Amino acid sequence: MNGFKGVMLAGALGLASAGMAQAADDTIKIGVLHSLSGTMAISETTLKDTVLMMIDEQNKKGGLLGKQLEAVVVDPASDWPLFAEKARELLTVDKVAVMFGCWTSVSRKSVLPVVEELNGLLFYPVQYEGEESSKNVFYTGAAPNQQAIPAVDYYLNELGVQKFALLGTDYVYPRTTNNILESYLISKGIPKEDIFVNYTPFGHSDWSKIVSDVVALGADGKKVGVISTINGDANVGFYKELAAAGVTADKLPVVAFSVGEEELAGLDTSNLVGHLAAWNYFQSADTPENAAFIKEWHAFIGNDKRTTNDPMEATYIGFKMWVQAVEKAGTTDVDAVRDAMYGQEVPNLTGGVAKMLPNHHLTKPVLIGEIQADGQFDIISQTEPVAGDAWTDFLPESAVLESDWPGLGCGMYNKETKTCVQLKSNY
Amino acid sequence: MSRSFLAKNPSVLTFLLVLAIFTLTVTILSDAYGLAFVSTSFIKTLGKTLCLCLVALAMDLIWGYAGILSLGHMAFFALGGYGLGMWLMYARTEEIVVAALAQDVIPATAEEIRQGIATQIFGVVGASEFPAIWVFAHSFWLQIALVVLVPGGLAAVFGWLAFRSRVTGVYLSILTQAMTLALALYLFQNDSGLRGNNGLSGLQNLPGLDGVSQDRLSVWFLWGSALALGLGYVLLAWVVSGKFGSVIRAIRDDEQRVRFLGYSVEGYKLFVFTLTAVIAAIAGALYYPQAGIINPAELAPIASIYLAVWVAIGGRGRLYGAVIGAAFVSIVSSWFTGGRVPDVPLGFYTISWVDWWSVVLGLCFVLVTLFAPKGIGGLFDLVAGVRTPDRKGAALGPDDGALMEREAQE
Amino acid sequence: MRALILALLLAFSAMPVLAQTAAEIVAANAAQIEKPSRQTIGPVIEQLAASGDPQAATILEAWGDKRLGLRKADGVFFLIEKTGDGWALTALDGTAAGTAAKADVTELKPNAGVRGLIATALVQFTLSDPDRAKREAALGSIAKDPKAEALAPLAASIGAEDDPVLKAQKERLLGLLAIRFGADTATRVAAIEGFGRDLGLDLRAALNPLVATTRIAFANDLPEGANLARELRAGRELTEEEAYDLLVAGGLAPARLTVADARKALVANLKDGAVGGVALAALDSQAERDRAYNALEAAGTVPPAATDAEVTEAVARHRFAETYAEPDPAVTAAAEAALAKIGTKVGAMQGADLLLDALSLASIYFLAAIGLAITFGVMRVINMAHGEFIMMGAYTGYVVQQWITNYTLSIIVALPLAFAVTFAAGVAMERLVIRHLYKRPLETLLATFGISIAMQQLAKNIFGTQARPLTAPGWLDGALVFNDVVSISYIRIAIFVMAMLFLTFFLWLMKRTRLGLEVRAVTQNPSMAASMGIDPDRINMLTFGIGSGIAGIAGVAIGLFAKVTSELGSDYIVQSFMTVVVGGVGNIWGTLAGAVLIGTLQKGIEWFNPSNTLAAQTYMILFIILFIQFRPRGIIALKGRAAGD
Repeated sequence: MNGFKGVMLAGALGLASAGMAQAADDTIKIGVLHSLSGTMAISETTLKDTVLMMIDEQNKKGGLLGKQLEAVVVDPASDWPLFAEKARELLTVDKVAVMFGCWTSVSRKSVLPVVEELNGLLFYPVQYEGEESSKNVFYTGAAPNQQAIPAVDYYLNELGVQKFALLGTDYVYPRTTNNILESYLISKGIPKEDIFVNYTPFGHSDWSKIVSDVVALGADGKKVGVISTINGDANVGFYKELAAAGVTADKLPVVAFSVGEEELAGLDTSNLVGHLAAWNYFQSADTPENAAFIKEWHAFIGNDKRTTNDPMEATYIGFKMWVQAVEKAGTTDVDAVRDAMYGQEVPNLTGGVAKMLPNHHLTKPVLIGEIQADGQFDIISQTEPVAGDAWTDFLPESAVLESDWPGLGCGMYNKETKTCVQLKSNY
Repeated sequence: MSRSFLAKNPSVLTFLLVLAIFTLTVTILSDAYGLAFVSTSFIKTLGKTLCLCLVALAMDLIWGYAGILSLGHMAFFALGGYGLGMWLMYARTEEIVVAALAQDVIPATAEEIRQGIATQIFGVVGASEFPAIWVFAHSFWLQIALVVLVPGGLAAVFGWLAFRSRVTGVYLSILTQAMTLALALYLFQNDSGLRGNNGLSGLQNLPGLDGVSQDRLSVWFLWGSALALGLGYVLLAWVVSGKFGSVIRAIRDDEQRVRFLGYSVEGYKLFVFTLTAVIAAIAGALYYPQAGIINPAELAPIASIYLAVWVAIGGRGRLYGAVIGAAFVSIVSSWFTGGRVPDVPLGFYTISWVDWWSVVLGLCFVLVTLFAPKGIGGLFDLVAGVRTPDRKGAALGPDDGALMEREAQE
Repeated sequence: MRALILALLLAFSAMPVLAQTAAEIVAANAAQIEKPSRQTIGPVIEQLAASGDPQAATILEAWGDKRLGLRKADGVFFLIEKTGDGWALTALDGTAAGTAAKADVTELKPNAGVRGLIATALVQFTLSDPDRAKREAALGSIAKDPKAEALAPLAASIGAEDDPVLKAQKERLLGLLAIRFGADTATRVAAIEGFGRDLGLDLRAALNPLVATTRIAFANDLPEGANLARELRAGRELTEEEAYDLLVAGGLAPARLTVADARKALVANLKDGAVGGVALAALDSQAERDRAYNALEAAGTVPPAATDAEVTEAVARHRFAETYAEPDPAVTAAAEAALAKIGTKVGAMQGADLLLDALSLASIYFLAAIGLAITFGVMRVINMAHGEFIMMGAYTGYVVQQWITNYTLSIIVALPLAFAVTFAAGVAMERLVIRHLYKRPLETLLATFGISIAMQQLAKNIFGTQARPLTAPGWLDGALVFNDVVSISYIRIAIFVMAMLFLTFFLWLMKRTRLGLEVRAVTQNPSMAASMGIDPDRINMLTFGIGSGIAGIAGVAIGLFAKVTSELGSDYIVQSFMTVVVGGVGNIWGTLAGAVLIGTLQKGIEWFNPSNTLAAQTYMILFIILFIQFRPRGIIALKGRAAGD
């Protein structure tokens, strides 16, 4: 027994010291905090590869500040507490200069206390529900006003939808987004009875009743539109049932916020032509930057069939911006880099320029695409770049809040009482 | 605790000694109190592992000693975590809200403070009212009581129903698994009032201890977990060593016979089930402030099965076996899935441990069940020279207890 | 012929205003056409449609089909058609205009709203088009966006319609248009009554807007011209709060004081550390704040807020009513009557639809559980890897589809192949693992669980974690539609049929074959069976193999209707065990009953709470737990010797 514990302890120490790999002075370490196993692996592995590709590219250009970049990849395994643990490890043991990572909101909320405590820097590349602003996180994905609100405007103005079905997977992103949309719609004069909300579990597959419920909404002669925040695999069953029920985009359009090129790969899209998705990026965007990016991606991953998607663009922008900020600051010190980040500009892959705002969000154009038979999107609407809003204007508690780190030094500033509600973020 | 108790359980002293040495060594090597050789994140891992060892002890009592394969104990573990987590969230948020409202011109009413806390906690999931289950969250002691009472009560009710209708064996396992699944699905709903899929987060920041760094907190929690594990070990060793222990082992081996001997089998089972649920809940309450976040994924049915796996690999029916199993498997698992183990290039294919660890673990598990039913604990029998009766040869008939080939010849 | 006359007529009537050709109109509105918005493009489309230029219809059609392009170099519009690596251009006046490279032309992609407008504008050209598909599209466009203007051309086109299906559609559509836009009350009422107890969604969509009501508050008499639906009395049909809100909304009463407003007023009147005589420090309770506010109110510094008494008084002084938006009382009465007639029928049909859904879910659960009914029900082996056999079958289907691209053929190949693969896997597992654990059921559970996680991870390593497509053959697309309420997709019917087939197969196997006899013998008394010359080892192996094989086939079916992922199996494993346990172990009818119970229950709960599917699953499992407590042996319990211990 003694012997065993001894062995274990030795192993443990070995582990700890192995973690403390000698921090070589000639490299800058970059933490990659994406799940490589578990349920989120499919989405997040792609982002890990994107970061590696960007690091590779930067090193080929001669590195940064005369040093080579070195990726430290860890696997939080889609296990939320593990995200916090790995983030702490990256910051304290590996002493990384910056982290790129997280996908789900809950993983970000898990990491938040750690990066704030240790003053780390995290780039979060996925569209999310907003209502958050952390000094230590830069949000390069879309806030609700950069994806959900414009999509609803499109429904209201372009398709003349009068009745809404908000279908979502039961977790925080759909809940908050739908909440914001509900009050937005009410402010646009849609009565509450005309907003149908449904939540399903992750990976739900039995959609027949929900689809027929939605079809039945049309009984009062109003044009119905579906706003889907259904996540991941559940979409497969949902779209199959839509197709089987003969729901065409003409009669009953569906706009999805979580369905991209990657998800459509698991589907026969010939029955779904015309349904919509709203993102800040589509692979089909016709710009030279995008063509170069896709080419590089295919070369890096060694597979011409691999698609690109919106969070990849967000990772790309975030990485470029961090590199520029480090060059401007002349150091990788977190506080200096953060100050240098504000106002940094990087060209979007879809045209226009992404600019880092004082609230740690970006300016991004909003694209609406129609699903095509080949699994790509036909871009039918592209707005001018929209400034990301950390606190939505459509919920009464949040409308009075503002985030302005360089100006007010506060991410949750109450404009009415003119006080800073809290310096840490709410998690 | 008479001398005879320690004499009957020589492992208790050894165990406590090893645990003390371990805790002391880690403290000396820690960032906060010593040589700064072991990182804080690793100390947290060790502290959490001690909590897992404690819940494995409980599992060993219910499964290894009483023969009830419960696939629901991680649910009690998580309930304990939720119980304490509610207070942690409430108290931490209260500090923030009170500080924010204090900047106002007019002093805040109690209602405004409560409303502010609710908005802070539930704003994330699109609500701003306190659900009824948070009614005690403002009070540390009431909530601590709930940590024990809720899982204990649930276990008592569930156990009473199940044992009363003589649900045994695999049926009970499936039933407990169903209970876990129902609970997990319930908590996944945002309407459950525990923030749905997001769960409770930021639990590592203890209210009132802003000035204390995580480096020190992690060591404190390690001490707390070690203490709990030590006490739990002594308690369970005491429980299984007396007459009570004999009865539950007898229930495991032949329930009918014990019932015919006049024992209240259901009473014994219910007591063990509830006791272990409470121990699991306490372990959970210590675990989640170290993990920092608790959400419904923590009580997915698979977590409870892993618990059984730890105990089986460590060795059932001996308390130290459970501890070894939990510590060994969880640490090795986190090592292999951490992405830091070098890949094995085979030329045509590279084995990446992140991808293949689950396969290895699964197969290990089959092998242990088939060839080493005593688990790692069996190694100590080898060292101590304890032999089990060895029935050589294949069975001569397909029924239970058939003569073995060699026995028949002799 | 008639079409030609109509076109000529149109062209002729438009002749005097033919100021511009279609091409000119397009050129004049180039900016709008390049980036159209539904809200502003209307006039341009109308202008095009009314231009009288025969090219207009072609241009509109091309635009709607995303076949209109803009040459980047000079900003000229063309009709474009994809060629090998570029575009073939046709000028807007119909003459060929050469080709262009892919990068030189911007495709115009009007959004669905604009396309809808274009389709509406095209209706007049295509309602009598010789091409049946175009006529059908025109009808679809009218149905989607009913307009009064469509009434006349639609009525005109019915006479010449020779396709009976389309003719019926046109007549129905005409009726629907008449309900909304009919010239006088009599026509509209007649149109409403003409539909009888029709269930159509389109009919309800036409009727419901007629009976849509708004709530109003008024002082004395009903406002002029209002079509009263019913009067509302405060305290009966609506609460006092709602009534007062109506008054506030109608500007008939001052708004109530909110807590936030009161607080603002206090802050504004803060003087020397006190408000209205109340010290600042004491303002931390609502009662003190109210006292301070009342003091301010008394002093006249703040406007008086409506007190409860005032609210009651104001509500009492007014009357409240629901009024129809539709001004014609005869029409609303007819519509109400028609809807009431339809209502009960719709309710019954919704019940029927729910029942179908429940039955379909039950058949899916049954299919997932039937393999388990053999391995667990008959052999009493706890196989936690059962779900992974289902997954294996689904992946077999996926792999087959990679090789055989004809979906029908690939399914025909996949079904037996899935059986073969999972049969082999089942036999291997039985030989290698389960055989050694027959006397240790709890350990079988753990060992098979180990196999389950290994197999799941293996599937992830081989196929990746992304959902893989398993596409059903074309003839399983779509749904069997009874009416606008009741319908069920063919794929679900196929699963139902398959479940029934397996039930029959199982009964035949167990009751009518030698193997079934031997299986039953071995499970009841292995030593006696052995002494009768049955080889228990072989029987166990075969039985387990068959159970696993059936799981594999179920996997193909489940993959067809949902998705193929490595977690497919674990989604079904707990439910499958519950199905078998609830039904009663060892009896296939029990499993069937269990599946029906669980399926119906889940749909029933979903019906009660349609916005939360997760809750349905939770309560379903809770019910099962309770059910097993009170009936531990399941719905159909074995009796006597077969029940074992």
